[in-house]
Amino acid sequence: MRAPLARRGRRSRLSSKVLLHTFGLSIVVLLLVLLAVRLVSNGSGRRLDKALAAGKSPVAPEFSLARLNGEGQLRLASLRGKAVVLNFWASWCVPCKQEAPLLEAAAKRFRSMGLVVVGIDSQDFRSDARRFIKRYGLTYPIVRDGGSSTPTHYDVTGFPETWFVDRSGHVVGEHVQGPLTREGLLRNIAIAMKR
Amino acid sequence: MSIRCAIMALLLSLFLAAPAAASERHPTLPELEHEVMCPTCHQLLELSDAPIADRIRAFIQARIDAGDTKSEIKRQLVSEFGEAVLAAPPTHGFGLLAWLLPLFGVAGSGVVIAVLARRWVRPIRGPGKQVHPDSTSELDPVLVRRLDEELALFDR
Repeated sequence: MRAPLARRGRRSRLSSKVLLHTFGLSIVVLLLVLLAVRLVSNGSGRRLDKALAAGKSPVAPEFSLARLNGEGQLRLASLRGKAVVLNFWASWCVPCKQEAPLLEAAAKRFRSMGLVVVGIDSQDFRSDARRFIKRYGLTYPIVRDGGSSTPTHYDVTGFPETWFVDRSGHVVGEHVQGPLTREGLLRNIAIAMKR
Repeated sequence: MSIRCAIMALLLSLFLAAPAAASERHPTLPELEHEVMCPTCHQLLELSDAPIADRIRAFIQARIDAGDTKSEIKRQLVSEFGEAVLAAPPTHGFGLLAWLLPLFGVAGSGVVIAVLARRWVRPIRGPGKQVHPDSTSELDPVLVRRLDEELALFDR
């Protein structure tokens, strides 16, 4: 009589413990899975900067974004065979106003030699960006990523920032964080066009 | 009784819904500053002094003055900056998890507590016979014998 009772009590306590442990464990596993998904979906995490620092030329992250000063979308892959200057900017950014004429001049001067300047406007109102383009007379293609997906893939932490892509679609030269200087721009354009 | 409860619940829901409807139709800048994020510094708009935060504040005020509802203003901000501009996570895709997880957590905890409480409260029964709380069946026989001897000595 006593043995069955004790077994039932033990079994009851055991299944309660198992239930609690299973619930706790499943919560922990679920949170870990969510964390992993979030980390993976957050992108490279300064992957480009690390690769450049290691002397490598990583493939430039692909994008397809709506044009602000033209029709349709612009895909980075469609510029393969040309050297590309990728300039991240926003209309409210003061240094962006300073470097806009320099970028426009470079775009015009090197266009016939196979260079394309692409402006990527981000975290900005469309109307403000269009006003900026008109005010500074920018004729090079400008696309828009209202959120921060493309800037995140390019390790952009502020505006302006500029990357250089060679004719085969690889990131080369320097990651310029802050306004471009004439010398810095010409030096990196030369690197991108020679490769 | 149940009709009275239903009327009370209806009145309560109307009482709670009225301010929400007013806020939807006639939003204020401070309200929206509390529900919108600065896209560059990832803080609530009310805490941010970034240039884009000032620009968004000006945009919101202009839309309020133009008579837009809160939902309309939020929709326009999302079309410019994406879902991340809203402080509350979206109710679809990955953001949906942020809404569902607490509910699952509360429901799961409730189930676990209910099951455990039922087990802890339920008396342990043998096959067809209830065990009396005073039963000495689980006492050590040596202890029982010693207790009997002590009681016998006490009776003398």
